[in-house]
Amino acid sequence: MLRYVLRRFLTAIPTLFVIVTISFFLMRVAPGGPFNQEKGLNPVIKANLERVFHLDQPLWKQYLLYLNNLVHGDFGPSYNLPDFTVAELFAAGLPISIQLGGTALVLALLLGGILGITAALYQNKPADYAVIATATAGSTIPTFVIAPLFQLFFALTLKWFPVGGWGDGALINKVGPVLTLMLPQLAIVARLMRGSMIESLRSHHIRTARALGLSDYSVVIKHALRGALLPIISYAGPAAAALLTGSIIVETIFAIPGVGRYFVEAALNRDYTLVMGTVVVIAMFTIVFNLIVDILYAVVDPRVRYD
Amino acid sequence: MSERILDLRHVKVEFSTIDGVVEAVRGVNLHVIAGETVAIVGESGSGKSQLMMAAMGLLANNGKATGQVDYRGTNLLAISKSQLNDIRGAKITMIFQEPMTSLDPLYSIGDQLIEPIRKHQNLGEADARARAIEMLRLVRIPEPERRMRSYPHEMSGGQRQRVMIAMALANNPDLLIADEPTTALDVTIQAEILELMASLQQRLGMGMVFITHDLNIVKRIAHRVYVMRRGEVVEEGETAELFANPKHPYTKALLEAEPTGRKLPVAPNARKMIDATDVRVTFRLGGGFMSGPPLELRAVDRVSMTLRQGQTIGIVGESGSGKSTFARAVLRLLPSEGAISFENRPIQGLTREQMRPLRRELQIVLQDPFGSLSPRMTAGQIVTEGLLVHEPTISRAERDRRAVQALEEVQLDPSLRNRYPHEFSGGQRQRVAIARAIILKPKVVVLDEPTSALDRQVQKQIVDLLRDLQQAHQLSYLFISHDLAVVRAMADHIMVMKDGTMVEQGTPDEVMEHPREDYTRRLMAAAFAE
Amino acid sequence: MTDGTVTPAAPGRSLWADAWNRLKANKAAMVSLWYLLFMAVICIVGPWFTPHDFTTIYQDYTRVPPSLTAYPKPDAIDLAVKDAVKRSRLDLVGWQERDGKVYISLASAKPIDERVTRYIDRSDVFEGAQVSEKSADGLTLTISAGVQKKYFFFGTDNNGRDLLTRTLTAGRVSLAIGLLAGLVAVFIGVLYGAISGFAGGRTDEIMMRIVDVLYSLPFIFFVIMLVVFFGRNFVLMFLAVGAVLWLDMARIVRGQALSLKRQEYVQAAEALGVSPGGILLRHVVPNLLGPVVIYMTLLVPQVIILESFLSFLGLGVQEPMSSWGVLISQGAKNIPSATWLLIFPSFFLTTTLFALNFIGDGLRDALDPKDR
Repeated sequence: MLRYVLRRFLTAIPTLFVIVTISFFLMRVAPGGPFNQEKGLNPVIKANLERVFHLDQPLWKQYLLYLNNLVHGDFGPSYNLPDFTVAELFAAGLPISIQLGGTALVLALLLGGILGITAALYQNKPADYAVIATATAGSTIPTFVIAPLFQLFFALTLKWFPVGGWGDGALINKVGPVLTLMLPQLAIVARLMRGSMIESLRSHHIRTARALGLSDYSVVIKHALRGALLPIISYAGPAAAALLTGSIIVETIFAIPGVGRYFVEAALNRDYTLVMGTVVVIAMFTIVFNLIVDILYAVVDPRVRYD
Repeated sequence: MSERILDLRHVKVEFSTIDGVVEAVRGVNLHVIAGETVAIVGESGSGKSQLMMAAMGLLANNGKATGQVDYRGTNLLAISKSQLNDIRGAKITMIFQEPMTSLDPLYSIGDQLIEPIRKHQNLGEADARARAIEMLRLVRIPEPERRMRSYPHEMSGGQRQRVMIAMALANNPDLLIADEPTTALDVTIQAEILELMASLQQRLGMGMVFITHDLNIVKRIAHRVYVMRRGEVVEEGETAELFANPKHPYTKALLEAEPTGRKLPVAPNARKMIDATDVRVTFRLGGGFMSGPPLELRAVDRVSMTLRQGQTIGIVGESGSGKSTFARAVLRLLPSEGAISFENRPIQGLTREQMRPLRRELQIVLQDPFGSLSPRMTAGQIVTEGLLVHEPTISRAERDRRAVQALEEVQLDPSLRNRYPHEFSGGQRQRVAIARAIILKPKVVVLDEPTSALDRQVQKQIVDLLRDLQQAHQLSYLFISHDLAVVRAMADHIMVMKDGTMVEQGTPDEVMEHPREDYTRRLMAAAFAE
Repeated sequence: MTDGTVTPAAPGRSLWADAWNRLKANKAAMVSLWYLLFMAVICIVGPWFTPHDFTTIYQDYTRVPPSLTAYPKPDAIDLAVKDAVKRSRLDLVGWQERDGKVYISLASAKPIDERVTRYIDRSDVFEGAQVSEKSADGLTLTISAGVQKKYFFFGTDNNGRDLLTRTLTAGRVSLAIGLLAGLVAVFIGVLYGAISGFAGGRTDEIMMRIVDVLYSLPFIFFVIMLVVFFGRNFVLMFLAVGAVLWLDMARIVRGQALSLKRQEYVQAAEALGVSPGGILLRHVVPNLLGPVVIYMTLLVPQVIILESFLSFLGLGVQEPMSSWGVLISQGAKNIPSATWLLIFPSFFLTTTLFALNFIGDGLRDALDPKDR
């Protein structure tokens, strides 16, 4: 197993390299540059700025330079927020995004899982229809509709929660963002769980367990649920990577200083280093969580062996 | 008279489906006396499995059972689930047809054995483990201590079925319900499992309900028989009496469904249709970008064969013996090594394009009458597809006429030619598949288990049809089957295959009555045991 | 037919007919289907029948709330009358409304010039002002003017544009992008997946590796890059979106192609000598159609969401064109004061998405009934 993990990390390196390369050149062939936005910027100053950041060098040299820095763990300075390095921006924003996304993910898995199991056990009964309705609503209404509606009703009308802001991490400030992050995930988890649980309950070995007179608890939890968890695990991996690296919509609407907003802003401002930094961070999260998924798979299912 | 341990009265089973309510069992009375073996016989869809599922409370969610199922005076349909759970697994247990999927793939054999023992016998972990090992020994699993830690996927089908039996019997039940427990197994394993069950029943003195479609098994093990058809019991009685003197026409038909007759050998100088020498087929598994060298699997290893005009060569062997692979290689549907010629013309080196005109002479009928017909085409379109390739110039009307002709030849009502495969029964579908092959007037037809997925009665009709067609068109057949009774009736020459090699060949009499090889002997003993 | 002996054939019931019957029995799907049809019709035809153009700006009516009665309201008329009269520097005696016209009585110390009607006309509220009565001495005057009745059933936005018209035209854009980008994604995905699945071997491996790499690229990054490349252009917008969403389709089709290849009826066709083209045409395409149709109906809402999402970020459709995402984005910025700006577009978007999802689910149940 340990060898497998090691090998997976090694094979992740070329993947990461491909991603970095594609992103780098894709971004650089796009028109515009970091210092083109401010109109009337003195050409001399602009040239100086570009020299400082090596933007006057040929593209391949810049690419090699970037790779070299990256290997040494240096993400470079942000072009548009010159007081900060990219690493500092992530150090400040990532914990916030992880907190919100992590809470949302855990809640979505727990509640969605319970809802899905309930629906499967009462298939085609009122409880099932209620879960299906919730799940359909949750996965259909987009976040950018839910978030402002939440603000409208719970913050502005009922005044239960603040409209937005981080408030130094006060619990009450987190409710809105966490709920809006959670709802679509919960819906998907509930749907997946229902489907895989129904299938699992129909499988032959569950019939065997029932024929042997095992209790409902053992049949459902010990035998059916374990097998039904596999699709949830494979869903949760990429979902975790996406949630923990922040949501543009939620962070924008609720004015949360996380990392989710960096990407779009940086791409629009051609803040090359910040864009690349975001790409690398997201890719690394994805790689790590995919690995965790594979390991969990092997833990749950003895048929899966990596050697 | 001994006590009735299980007594079913007026049991009905209904399923509500998208397309309405389906009645699977329509009021059945049935009983089992302590210590006796009762067989329920019927074709697929007769409701025999659903009847016992209903008794055990194992119906699918959309199923509903009514009537009375008394186990020693307790109506199992009326008690609560937890009361039922005290009886199932302890007093009545059930084993199933699918040995590959009936065990939980995520837990070790030991865990799965121990759980019901602890639930029903109030034993501690260590005692339960000891009992589990004892049971594994009882069902003759080698090295039971080590096997406790194995997972189902690490065992063969036969071993898994033994484990199932061990689980079912661990709590000394009064009654074991076995739902086609040997159907999915190879014949030699089938015989071993049946023998094991019979000996265990004698030793433990329990009653047994044996659900099967196989009359040979019934004759061998049952005291009494119920014959079911379309959800009803049409006849019941003592086994010997029923076999000797069947009353209901359906029972008579079932008993007569055994394929009979023999095929006369062809003249030794009859025309050679196919000559295959030292055919080898190798599969490569794995071997991608990152993984190591591919694993090589020799599926067929130097098998030779000569098929003459009008001859039927039967290829027998268990699953995985390479019999289908060999036949496909002979038709050049799979890449292979060795020499193959058709009508003395070498075809081994021909390209796909060069093979195309020969395809009409070399046809194949596959096993699965469901899977071998495209679900989106009508019977008429399916039957005439070959004409599009080999006689592209004929008119639509002419194609239609030929389709009618071919369907009449396979004794299928031609007015059904606009129907789709799902509107036909299994036997009808197989007739469509045969019509598709013979419409091209082929010289050689490979029949790859053409009757295996069909009920006995239908099987016999298809065998008769194939024989008539052979007579009429001087066809040469390569007949692949694991069912030796059918092969005996069809073939004038038999090849026995095992693990990719040919073990033995000869006339049916030579191979079946006087087998030379040990493997063949075991195969025959298992298939024709009385 | 020349041969009279051919048996007439009874009609068969194809899987498609079965599926259609099951779909017809599915109430949620059928209601959704009609709703979607209705939505498409009102979005396409509706803007021609609403009394406003989606670009017309009514400065007098910025951010007016939705109302079933016409604007201006009596107090607004009062205000407009006083406003106009004030500008004409005359005294207002009084005004009344009769038969959709206002009659304004004016007085002055000096005789009144009849050109005073111009002051009235200058207001957005009134039109066709003319002198209806004039006293002999010219000191008092009654002007009649038609009131420009305007209906804003959904209210207006910050610029004073009719929200109903804008929502409907936005619907055109959203639906069109959904459909077109969905088609683009399906086209690329089916082609790519089918080639990969049927070629098999090394080709398949390389093609799927490429999909894997594209998958691991941050999705948003990809879209934003494409948008930056293509510019914020409506026609190219759906290409960008479609070009990203084909990945799932490619995987699904490849999986289907792989399993179809193993089907016995494909093997049987090969044994008949049917050419690869014939197999593709008669066996593969008809059997792929089901999953593709199902996926397509589930893809369209995804595309609409993605487009709305981009528009929400200001990367999508540009003014004066709008999509539901653009409108929702504007609505979200105005929630304390003008909730209708959020509610109406959100309602349109969400109900459409619901309808599409129900149809997709219904199709899946109908085409693949064992999955239920």
